[in-house]
Parts: sequence; C-alpha cells; structure tokens
Amino acid sequence: MITVVGLTKSFGRQPVLRQLDLEVPTGSVTVIIGRSGGGKSVFLKHLIGLLHPDAGRVLVDGAEITRLRGRALDAVRRRYGVVFQGGALFDSMTCWDNVAFPLREKLRLRRAEVGKRVETALAQVGLEGVGGKNPAEISGGMRKRVAIARALVTEPEIVFFDEPTTGLDPILVNTIHRLIQGLHRKLGFTAVMVSHEIPEIFEIADTVAMLHEGRIVEVGTPAAIQASTNPVVRQFIRGEPSTAEAQ
Amino acid sequence: MTEPPLALALRPLDALGRSALSIVDALGRFGTFLIQALAATLTPPFKIRAFADRINFIGYRSLLIILLTGAFTGMVLGLQIYITLSRFGSEAFLGPAVALSLIRELGPVLAALMVTGRAGSALTAEIGIMRITEQIDALTVMALNPMRYLVAPSILAGVVTFPLMTALFDVIGIFGGYLVGVELLGLSQGTYFGEMQTFVDLDDIMLGFWKSISFGIIVTWVCTYKGFHVGHGAEGVARGTTQAVVMSSVLILVWDYFFGSVWK
Repeated sequence: MITVVGLTKSFGRQPVLRQLDLEVPTGSVTVIIGRSGGGKSVFLKHLIGLLHPDAGRVLVDGAEITRLRGRALDAVRRRYGVVFQGGALFDSMTCWDNVAFPLREKLRLRRAEVGKRVETALAQVGLEGVGGKNPAEISGGMRKRVAIARALVTEPEIVFFDEPTTGLDPILVNTIHRLIQGLHRKLGFTAVMVSHEIPEIFEIADTVAMLHEGRIVEVGTPAAIQASTNPVVRQFIRGEPSTAEAQ
Repeated sequence: MTEPPLALALRPLDALGRSALSIVDALGRFGTFLIQALAATLTPPFKIRAFADRINFIGYRSLLIILLTGAFTGMVLGLQIYITLSRFGSEAFLGPAVALSLIRELGPVLAALMVTGRAGSALTAEIGIMRITEQIDALTVMALNPMRYLVAPSILAGVVTFPLMTALFDVIGIFGGYLVGVELLGLSQGTYFGEMQTFVDLDDIMLGFWKSISFGIIVTWVCTYKGFHVGHGAEGVARGTTQAVVMSSVLILVWDYFFGSVWK
C-alpha cells in the first residue's frame, strides 16, 4: 500500500501541493484526475522519489521514501515501473534495446533471457516486429506502447502512469486503456495513473481521486465520483468552464 | 508565513546577500557534481561501451577540425615568427619557436577550444534534451545512476582524448610551420628540426600533456553539468549550450594562465 500524509510542496512562492492525503490499496488501479497544471505530475514525482516535499510523508509498504536516499531509495525504486508522459524512450537506442535496457542494467539477466522477455513484452503491447526501429521512426501511440512494455518488462509491483494517453486520438486512448487494464489483470501490479481522460478512465479505475488546488478533494469508486455532489468534481467531469473562464 | 518587508535602505544589501548565497550554492553544486562523477568513474560497474562511444563522440569526430586548425596555426606561426626573427637575423630559431609555442601553449589551448566548440556543445545539447524529455528521470527511477551512464564516460573520454588530440595538433602544427619556414621561405630542414631538438625538452612536453588532461576534465565537466541542469524546453537547452561553450572557453584560458604560472 502507498500512503501519502500531509504532502506539501511549493516552487518559490507558488504552492503546488497543500497537505495532500491519499491511500493507494495494493493491487488496485488508482487514477488521479484534475485540471492541467493542477500538480498531478508533481504529485506523481513525489511518489517516485524524483521530488522531495517541503513537508509530509510518502510511505510505500511502510517505508518512508521521502526520507530515503541513495541505495535505500533505489531498493524501493526497483519495485517500480514508470511510464512517463512523453514516453522518455532513449532515442539513441532501438525500441528493442529500450525494452531490454532495464533487464540488462537493472536485473542483469543473461542475453537469452533478455531476448525472450523483450519479445514477450513487445508482443503484449502488440508491437511484434517493431523492435528494430528507433523511437523517432514510430508513431506517438506506438512510442507509448513501447514505454509501457519497458515499464512492465521487469514485472514491477507498482506501476506509475503519467498521462499515458495525452495527445492520442480517441481510438488510441481506448486501445492504451484496454492494454493497461488487460496487463493489470494479468500481472496484478498496483497502478497509479495520472489522467484527465474523462469518462474513459472510469472504465479501468478501481479508485478515482480528484486533485484540485493542491488537495485531494474527493476519493471514491468511479460510480461514486460520477455521482458526486462536490461542485468542483461535477464541473470537471462534465467539462464545464469555471465562471471566470466562461466570461 | 511571509517575511516582513525590508526597509528601503536595506534592500540593496539584501539583494547582494542573496546573490552571494546563490553563487556559493551554484559553486557547491558544481563541485559536488564533479565529485559524484569521479566517484562514478572510479567505482564498478564500468560502462565500457558508453566510454568507447564517448571516445568516438569527443575524439574521433573532432579529428578533422583538429587537423585543419593545427595545420593553419602552425603555418601562421611559421610565417609570423619567421618575419619577426628575420629582423634580428635569428631565423635559425624558427623551429624551436614554433614547437615551443605549440607544445607549451597553443596546442593544448586551441585543441581544447576547438573540441569545446564541436563536441562540448553537442554534449550539453544531447544531455539537455535527455533531461527535458525525462530520459534522465527514466534512468533514475530504474534505480540506475545517470552519472555512471552519461557523465563518467564523458569525463574519462575527455581525459583520454584531449592529450591525444593535443599531440596531433602539435605534430600537424609543427609540420605546418615546416611547410612555410622550410618549403616556402627557404630555411634549411636540418636547422628547423635540429634547433628544435636542442631547445624542446621533456618538461615542455609534460606541461602540454598535463594541461591537455586538465582541459579534458574542465570541458567535459562543464558541458555535462550544463546539460544536466538545463532550463525548460528548447530555449533552456539553447541557453545551456551557449553557457557551456562560453564557460568552458573562459575556464580554459584562466586555468591555462594559472597552470602555466605554477609549472614553469
């Protein structure tokens, strides 16, 4: 389980996260929704340990990663898989080598085992035969799928998805969501996803948390969120502009 | 909690203090970066493939520019020193004058400046793009140290390639001086090389050697640091690249003076 307690972060004088609390149950798909620029990616970077909070704690199965450094933090990160917003594929390598990279460098597996697992991972995301191409030679949707394959090839316990469908057409959005859902059922990892794909995200989430002005203002099942009476949540899921924006 | 506003008279002092703190902070991060990079360079696992790639990137791909600038620097030196020496009837010292200028000073400095322009800027841009596209973050969350993969091989490649390129620059430069002094202006070949053997000793060569190694560390250190700490977007990478080239070039010249003053 991931437990976030009183997470607070400011950049200069700009507060981004304010006393944020959240619990992510083991094995669930938890989706963080919220407006663009609302601090969702900053929150995710705290969970991964890329940013350190001004105050508050992030606990992963009891280990307080906000206090960990060096090897202790790396030990927690070895349990992670991360799909970055832009894919973050290494552009000096082929797609095959990108997927193989964590197996070679992180797990130090033998060549034959690496080959077998890379082929399986690429097949799982429907990209057989694309391994020899460089990331620049494939479409945005394919890059996202390679990034998912790279994140999952080490069979992590916890996978973070930072807006995995941003910039894709609606068909690809559904394809990626179904892919994540299928892989989650098959591999059973805990998933934390940042997204603003409404209403598609309700089909794959077990829990939805709405982040607004640096706080989690509502947490619940997709059905509960859709039935929420909180005006901020209702406005967001209906895509209504705020009063200021409407003017 | 917000701080109470300062009295108007104290504001310049406040600004000065903040600037001083910011400079000290930046210097601390700059120094720490080198220590972390050296630690990654000296401890296993060593990234041999990345090191070979950096040798190719920094050294091999800079060969043409080194050969061209080395040859023309030697030719300019040959011509100008010959004109100066002929006023005193001392043309015979052309060989040692060209060789000493190149080996002690111009070879290490100009080779380092050329490599900064060609490979240093590319190094900053490459690492900077990796930073803004989250590739460095991807390495970090895989529990892999980016210093080991991106910085340590570059610094080690700088230590290996800079002396080699400086040696090449010196040899080609001396040959350029020979072309002008001997083949064009009629000085005897024996005088050009004979006097060179008399006046150039091992200390001169070692000065150039150590200078080139230190320049290799400075250029790769500055350029990888600037790449690691670029600002946002394409503008951030462009600014970081410019800063890397300017800072490396200035540091090369400043360090050259102090190094030359200490090692005479």
